[in-house]
Amino acid sequence: MSTRQVLQVFEQYQKARTTFVQTVAELASRSQNIEILQNAGAMSLLRPLLLDIVPSVQQTAALALGRLANYNEDLAEAVVKADILPQLVYSLAEQNRFYKKAASFVLRAVAKHSPGLAQSVVDCGALDALVICLEEFDPGVKEAAAWALGYIARHNAELAQSVVDAGAVPLLVLCIQEPELSLKRISASALSDICKHSPELAQTVVDAGAIAHLAQMVLNPDAKLKRQVFSALSQISKHSVDLAEMVVEAEIFPAVLTCLKDQDEYVRKNVATLIREIAKHTPELSQLIVNAGGVASVVDYVGESKGNVRLPGVMMLGYVAAHSENLAMAVIVSKQGVTQLAITLAEEPEDHIQAAAAWALGQIGRHTPEHAKAVAVANVLPRLLKCYIRADASEDLQTKSKRALKNILQKCVHLPALEPLLHDAPPNILKHVVGQFSKVLPHDPAARRLFVTSGGLKKVQEIKSEPGSALHEYINTINNCFPEEIVKYYSPGYSDQLLERVEQYQAIA
Amino acid sequence: MASLVSLRQHLPDIMETVFERNREADEKRIQEYQAVLTIQAWFRSVRVQAFIRHLHKSATIIQKHWRGHLGRAVYRVMITNLVYIMRHNYYNAMATKIQKMWRGFYVRKYVFDYYSRKRYLEGLIVKNEVVRREIEELREQKESESRRRKEIEAERKLQEYAAKHRYLLSTQVVPGIYNSPFKPHPDEMEFVLRKVKPHPPNMPKPKRDSRSGIIIPESPPLPQTEPLPPIGQKPQMFAIIQGPFRDPSEVQKQRYKPLQPTLRVATSYTSTEEARAAMKAKEWIMRVNDNIFVPFSRRDRDYEPLLHTTSKYGHLPYGSRYFRETNEGGNISTTERFQPVVSPIPVFDKLNDTYSKGTETVP
Repeated sequence: MSTRQVLQVFEQYQKARTTFVQTVAELASRSQNIEILQNAGAMSLLRPLLLDIVPSVQQTAALALGRLANYNEDLAEAVVKADILPQLVYSLAEQNRFYKKAASFVLRAVAKHSPGLAQSVVDCGALDALVICLEEFDPGVKEAAAWALGYIARHNAELAQSVVDAGAVPLLVLCIQEPELSLKRISASALSDICKHSPELAQTVVDAGAIAHLAQMVLNPDAKLKRQVFSALSQISKHSVDLAEMVVEAEIFPAVLTCLKDQDEYVRKNVATLIREIAKHTPELSQLIVNAGGVASVVDYVGESKGNVRLPGVMMLGYVAAHSENLAMAVIVSKQGVTQLAITLAEEPEDHIQAAAAWALGQIGRHTPEHAKAVAVANVLPRLLKCYIRADASEDLQTKSKRALKNILQKCVHLPALEPLLHDAPPNILKHVVGQFSKVLPHDPAARRLFVTSGGLKKVQEIKSEPGSALHEYINTINNCFPEEIVKYYSPGYSDQLLERVEQYQAIA
Repeated sequence: MASLVSLRQHLPDIMETVFERNREADEKRIQEYQAVLTIQAWFRSVRVQAFIRHLHKSATIIQKHWRGHLGRAVYRVMITNLVYIMRHNYYNAMATKIQKMWRGFYVRKYVFDYYSRKRYLEGLIVKNEVVRREIEELREQKESESRRRKEIEAERKLQEYAAKHRYLLSTQVVPGIYNSPFKPHPDEMEFVLRKVKPHPPNMPKPKRDSRSGIIIPESPPLPQTEPLPPIGQKPQMFAIIQGPFRDPSEVQKQRYKPLQPTLRVATSYTSTEEARAAMKAKEWIMRVNDNIFVPFSRRDRDYEPLLHTTSKYGHLPYGSRYFRETNEGGNISTTERFQPVVSPIPVFDKLNDTYSKGTETVP
């Protein structure tokens, strides 16, 4: 009788602990409760429960801590300051897999917020324990460990290097090959986080044979996995020509283009980023993409997407066009390449996308008069000018659009497109416009006639220029192409002169 | 003489004069000597100078000619060099012209070939179209797939809903909610409800593994056991027989099975002769010609006895002794070793027919 009563007390205590941690864990999953929990001192109460004798209490306590740390940086710092991490790391090596999962979750939640917190996780020696977890049999544990490693590596090159030094990369590559989709996803994302910092890290990942496995999953039906795979591939290929070539050698090319029409927006964006990262390195790589029909699909992609998703496509077109005039021509002949860029320039509200579109257009139009004409015909010049003189445009947009205008204008001999610029361009742009007129008009009588009838000559006479400047010379060259009377006729104030003559004229009585 | 006298007369004068003269001469000797020396020197110098002048003139002539010669040689070398340089420049200019032409041609032909570029761009347009079309097709295919999947899912959900809410089906007396009597025709759902089968009663929940969540298949059913005999019943007339026994029907079958004689017993003793006669009779019936065919090469030949079988000392035991070496002394018993046993092996005949031991059922 008495034994039973004694045991009952313990049983009640255990039940109470279990309910406490479970309730706290549940409450912590709602963001509005977190502050109340924090003020109530949940952290200090949960800490001893991590060392509880009942495993389920331990796990649930870890889970609750993880949720708290996940919420914001202050709480994560509080977890670090409470010296919970060494406990977790210590038990990470010993406990069962449920506990490992929960502990990895806490580490991940702490490391997520800032490089400093991630560094403190590393300082606790968590990396080795996490890497050991990667070798665990259970996919859930591997997943949690890979996730935590990815969050640690995400912040900066040093942390990523420490993750690599802990020997995580080969195991992550093994994890990619597991059948579980979520594990694949997370380890691909971790690899992407590792290799985004520096060429050396990317090279380490490549040396572990990641590319072949990543390339296999390019056509996986799972959209989230594809996102991570493409992100990892683009992070690998962004660093150097060699790495990009290795990615290309994995024979991803015609297959990747189909993903530009994927239903998932982020898959499309990541694919476009991958193509951009490959295309930016050398003309040969760009040529390869162009020959695979990549430009057409990217143009379609640019036409179909909106906002930030468009950006990598726009930049890819710019990079391709920047390499050589042949490639720029390829962009022009790919149906509506320039048109789509012009539409992007016109309809995107954000400055940085407009700037990218302006830059890409400048790269396309700067090669030959042919290119410049193709760009000018798409009615791009007035828009670029608008971007340049708009009051609220960012500095980047202004410089980009100015440079693009300059590049295009210096090659453009398509006068109808230049005409409108005469009327509303600021002097530094006008210089180039008038310069182009002064180059063309001396050799083209028909254009001279058109120039007069369209009012260009009048406009030119109205321009005030300092003698000796380049603009002045250009204007003189233009004036020399026309008879003096016409020039005088269109000069401002000529009518007053005529009227004066009328006054001075002695009528013959 | 007179002259001598006169001379004598004048002798002092003369002497004086001589002395005078000598003194004068002595006085002027050095001067004159100097003068002479000067004159001689002058003369000699004039001579030597003339000679030297001659020599100089000659040397000048020689030098003139020599220098002219050397100068002409240098001139010739300079001319050759000049010509060489001129030619070199000329050749260079010509080579530049050739190179210019060639490079222009080469670049136009191969590097910046307008036509090949045009072809390339046209090809690119075609390729782009092809890629576009392919990707579009692929996308449509995927879209239709996902649409179909969604449709199937919706259909499944509808069916599930209908199965759950089958009680809303209208009966003959009470119209269901989908079959409002105020509407001209029943709702579509009504027909779905009519078609659907009701849910089977809930089965007990399948057991899941607590870790992986995989359903554990039920263990196969245990073998059905007979109910145990009631405890405490009175013993039967016979003692209860213990042990595993065969099924009674099997025992019955075994007991009443028909006689199955062995092949030897079933066969007639003269069966061989009978068979032979039957065969002969059959052959006789089938035969067309009664004359026996005899090979023509066969001749009757007299028996020729062998030499060593006809010796007067008796024939050699050839064929009965010499083929095998026998060592009778090696045998354990001298009697005949092999006893022919003509015992039947009935087990073979009765295989699978009975469980009994072979020897016990010998007929």
